[in-house]
Amino acid sequence: MHQFTVEPLLPLNVAGYDISFTNSSLWLLITLALIFGFMATGMKRQLVPDRWQMAVEGVTGFIDDLVRVNIGPEGRKFMPFIFSLFMFILVANLLGLMPLAIIPGMHQFTTTSHFSITGVLAVMSFSIVLIVGFARHKLHFFSLFIPHGTPKIMVPLIAAIEFISFMVRPFSLGLRLFVAMIAGHILMEVFGSFVVNGFNSGPMGWGVGILSFLFIIGVSALELLVSAIQAYVFALLTTLYLNDAVNLH
Amino acid sequence: MPQIEQLPYIFFSQLFWLLLVFGIIYFAIGRGMVSKIQSVVDSRDRKIGEDLAAAQRAREEAESAEAAWRERIDASRSEAMRLAQEAKQQGGREAEQRLKAIDDELVARLAEAEARIRTSAEQARRELEPVAAEAVSELVAKLTGKRIESREAEPMVKAALHG
Repeated sequence: MHQFTVEPLLPLNVAGYDISFTNSSLWLLITLALIFGFMATGMKRQLVPDRWQMAVEGVTGFIDDLVRVNIGPEGRKFMPFIFSLFMFILVANLLGLMPLAIIPGMHQFTTTSHFSITGVLAVMSFSIVLIVGFARHKLHFFSLFIPHGTPKIMVPLIAAIEFISFMVRPFSLGLRLFVAMIAGHILMEVFGSFVVNGFNSGPMGWGVGILSFLFIIGVSALELLVSAIQAYVFALLTTLYLNDAVNLH
Repeated sequence: MPQIEQLPYIFFSQLFWLLLVFGIIYFAIGRGMVSKIQSVVDSRDRKIGEDLAAAQRAREEAESAEAAWRERIDASRSEAMRLAQEAKQQGGREAEQRLKAIDDELVARLAEAEARIRTSAEQARRELEPVAAEAVSELVAKLTGKRIESREAEPMVKAALHG
């Protein structure tokens, strides 16, 4: 569990709040730097793109398609937000999987394995859905809880269920990402300790060690996939929720 | 689990740095860079669309020009054929007329020549009769010693000549 510990690197206290610069903050800034570096390669704005520009335009085009398909033409103004979410989560997830710990003194930290990060992102998405919904439809936004064609007597029950499922959204958004990340990292840590302990404990252990090493290769590949999928799912669900807010049912 | 144990101590730090980083990503990258990149993509798409439309227009123009050219070529070819045909017919008719004229003239000249021959033969014959009559009378005189007037011999000569 040591890999999830937040350690202050530079104590900082502003107006009674502890906003120390921690290893978590450091990796957030590294994430920002990587995203910025990647995007900067796509800023040549050539009519005929080179390969970096193609890559950047591929990502922006991917998110643009996602938003347009799920929200419609009005969705374009949410594209920067969805793009920021997707890129941040994707880069943070992948950064946590890079084998940087082989460099002595390097202690990697996966920012998206903390629900204080994923939860804030989820609350952010949820708040934007609420703000957009109430700004566009005023109190009519509550009709979201009553699907079309609900029989009159079923309205209270359906509305209650819909309301609960609506309120669960931020938790499901934030917890899904957090759990996926922490589970993958713990799994890899467990297999990693099997490898080390196995090879330290005689011939019987070597078999376990080799097996665990093979497993850890598979799990690493799976985790790379999960990193991308979780970023995609977070962005996709946010667009679907925004679609509810923009177009109602 | 440090996520829970440390939460009271680290929450504001996490929140502050996340909002800072995510804010920069959203405003500088999401709103700034991405919109510029999208505008580049849009302008490229538009340019490609325009170029394709221009190519299509040019192609249609070329096709219509070719059709017009083909039509003109066909028209002039048929015109040329018509002219050639006409010239051939005209030439044929003229040749025929000239031949006919020459033929007519030849026939006329032949007829005239025949007539002339006939008259001169007639005339010769007419001139021959008195000479023959005279010769007859002289022959008779020499053979028989009788004199006959050539006038008397004339009918007999005429009968002998004309058979």
